[in-house]
Amino acid sequence: MKPERVVGTPMRRVDAEEKAVGAARFTGDLVVSGMLHGRVLRSPLPSARIARIDGSAAERLAGVRAVLTGRDLVDMDPYYGHAIKDRPVIAIDRVRFAGAPVAAVAADDPATADDALAAIRVEYEDLPAAATLDAALSSGAPRLHEGPLRPGLFHGLGELRREDGNICYHYHFSRGDLDTAFAGADLTVEGEYTFPAVYQYAMEPHTVIAQWGADGLTVWACCQHPYLVRAELADLFRLPLSSVRVIVPYIGGGFGSKSYTKMEPLTAALARKAGRPVRIANRVDEAMVTTRRHNMKCWMRTAATRAGEVVARQCRIWLDTGAYADNGPRVAATAGDAAPGPYRWKAAGVDAWAVYTNTPPAGSYRAFGAAHLCWIGESQIDALARKTGLDPLEFRRRNLLRPGEEVRPGGKPLDADLIGDVTKVAAAVGWGEHKPPMVGRGLSVGLLAAGANPVSTAAIRLQADGSAVVLVGTSEMGQGSRTVFTQIAADELAVPPARIRVMGTDTQFTPYDRSTGASRSTTIAGKAVQRAAADVRDQLLEIAAGAWGLPVGSLDVRAGAVWHETESLSYQDLIKRHFGMVGGELIGHGEVRPERGTGSYAEGPVFWEVCVGGAEVEVDPETGRVHVRRLASVADVGKAINPVLVEAQDEGACLQGVGNALFEEMRFEDGQLINGTLLDYRIPSMADLPDEFRSIIVENADGPGPYGAKGIGEGAQAGVPGAIVNALGDLGIDARELPLTPERLWRLMRGSR
Amino acid sequence: MSRSSMRIVLTVNGRPVEADIEPREVLLDFVRDRLGLTGAKRSCDMQVCGACTVLLDGLPISACCTLAYEARGREVLTIEGLTSDGRLHPLQEAFVDHAAVQCGFCTPGMILTALVLLRETPTPDAGHVKAHMNGTLCRCTGYWKIIDAVVDAGRRLRASGADR
Repeated sequence: MKPERVVGTPMRRVDAEEKAVGAARFTGDLVVSGMLHGRVLRSPLPSARIARIDGSAAERLAGVRAVLTGRDLVDMDPYYGHAIKDRPVIAIDRVRFAGAPVAAVAADDPATADDALAAIRVEYEDLPAAATLDAALSSGAPRLHEGPLRPGLFHGLGELRREDGNICYHYHFSRGDLDTAFAGADLTVEGEYTFPAVYQYAMEPHTVIAQWGADGLTVWACCQHPYLVRAELADLFRLPLSSVRVIVPYIGGGFGSKSYTKMEPLTAALARKAGRPVRIANRVDEAMVTTRRHNMKCWMRTAATRAGEVVARQCRIWLDTGAYADNGPRVAATAGDAAPGPYRWKAAGVDAWAVYTNTPPAGSYRAFGAAHLCWIGESQIDALARKTGLDPLEFRRRNLLRPGEEVRPGGKPLDADLIGDVTKVAAAVGWGEHKPPMVGRGLSVGLLAAGANPVSTAAIRLQADGSAVVLVGTSEMGQGSRTVFTQIAADELAVPPARIRVMGTDTQFTPYDRSTGASRSTTIAGKAVQRAAADVRDQLLEIAAGAWGLPVGSLDVRAGAVWHETESLSYQDLIKRHFGMVGGELIGHGEVRPERGTGSYAEGPVFWEVCVGGAEVEVDPETGRVHVRRLASVADVGKAINPVLVEAQDEGACLQGVGNALFEEMRFEDGQLINGTLLDYRIPSMADLPDEFRSIIVENADGPGPYGAKGIGEGAQAGVPGAIVNALGDLGIDARELPLTPERLWRLMRGSR
Repeated sequence: MSRSSMRIVLTVNGRPVEADIEPREVLLDFVRDRLGLTGAKRSCDMQVCGACTVLLDGLPISACCTLAYEARGREVLTIEGLTSDGRLHPLQEAFVDHAAVQCGFCTPGMILTALVLLRETPTPDAGHVKAHMNGTLCRCTGYWKIIDAVVDAGRRLRASGADR
């Protein structure tokens, strides 16, 4: 009998039915006994001193149980931040952005909490603000942070120091002799570019419940990094890790907005003061000022020979990280790594700065760094191709790195077939076919350093009836991790998927996982699950070998039993034999950790995620509107453990890429977000779909994950904007500013005529 | 602040409900907090995203912007009322089969919005779906799988002769 395998099949999502009937529980759906409702009073000013704050009237309202301000944190060191500890749990004497939490209220119901917010009196004294990159970088700009820099618990960035002025972090590399390379090159293109602040819009805004009890602090949170949140809470409240419990229900979308620590410390502090459990559920307008994508300006130049060989690239990047570092330093480093693009340079140099401004903090958002840089580098590649007279696809074929070539010194060599990938998307968007008027086509290729730290652990508990519970710390936020882990565990244990249950994370019981993000879960946590299953299998084989008096090597595992030729012992029989009763369980452990060197980021990445897109667009010359006719991306996934889930991830990333390229932009004036609602900030709807779309799955088994898998889900978001920008370039429109709104494009076309 | 309350009587998922509510209470909080029907979600909170969609007398409304009072004497259908005897509605089945569900936060609103389309246009094509559901947002999918699911649900309903 051929064993039925589910890896590689489009198995139904294990959570789909629960979600389709409305039974899936998200953090905001949970009710903890005695729970109060928290609301947050936020600063109306981007930069101010808090002269006076009076919550007494609010405290006197019936149903109000606690009002929290900075004064309540005098017994603790109230600063946190995984990269740089620069952020107070709640404003202390000063606010650095409009939207900063200034006070928080816990009340019996949300309406009472709202009433209480209105009763809090705050007097502010305006301070000068540095509300834009230019203002923050100018000489004499007001400084957001001074004094010695305090490194966070998880920066992974080498030696951190306080930089000059409002510089939060500086990332630099240079290889080869830039001056000589540019001086000797035939052709150089150069430009300045701007990229907008973008809102991730996870449909579920940040929601947290915190409860203090005899066993410490328990937090239910829609967080992507529960173990890092736990560590920061333990650090803030001076508790052992074992006394902080983070439970992650289903998450209503993340995309990076729920990376690292967000609303958890404030909710915990409020619950501590109230002496009761508290839930804080952000509204969308609050989520928008909790985290966002970095806006950026960039200068880049690229050189090539007349014969069509790339020579050198140099790039300077300024990323607006807002009032606090959040993940800005890592975004700067990743942007720097993405800037050269996957080409064979004689010289390349990058400086990337994360810059503090008096705006809401910027952090992670899908494909950060690569989404910022790919479109810029790729538009210069197209410009050079045009100067040499070569077709952009041919130009790329000549210059793209090949598998095994060095991407950055000391780092992982290229583990993907980029030439194959870009050739596939070119075909999908009709490359080389006749083009109607005002129709252009473009391609974009890039790499994203993916995987973060290769650290995940997992456990599998094989039950006495042969069913199994999988404990693994990935947060299920729509990507389908519980389904993929079910498939892996089912095949490795040789049991049907219906016998496997993958649970949500509870840090008190689920083994450690670094985080959910950086396209890492299938590759790294999935590997840990595979190894945990192998451990269970080894134990079963040992027990059977002992029972039969046979060597382990003569046995194998299939269909829920250990076999020796035609004889078998079921898992139930083996567990019963082992424990001498009907009961007990076998626990398998699996871990992934750096297998060479020190495992620092510098030697990574775990894998290179490809960012390959192709687009065919049509521009309306009268209105400047861009219509995407055809869009294609490559999901270079190594092995598609579930091809439909791969497609789903890739499709979503593409559409977010369309929004980022064409219309999404958080607009600030004097540090105030002026489109801070979903009415004013538009995300793609069904009306924005391209006429045709193809997600091309490439399976070359070249990833470090189970069965040769590697992550996807982010790359397309970085590939699509470049493809659209280059499709406009194909029409002679040189776009250097995103998003390409009709107005912006219309002006660009008038200016260029 | 003084509180007043008012009594309303309505039908929710086919059952009579009687409750004392605050005048300012919105229908979304009413079904979620008082009735424990948490399938409808709060997201944009301003009638843009569709995550809070429920049917009021058979028509889709944003429960986040509808006062509970407005539902007095009327029929409310939430996602929890769509399954009967634990069996999925064909539309729910189609969403499951087409992987039209990812994080699941938009799913209840999507399904209820699609239900109304299928009543008006029993076998819609992709164009019908896009036109009807443009006001229901999803950030995870590229919408294609949702469109496929709704089109297929129309076919399934027709094949089964069901009229739901």
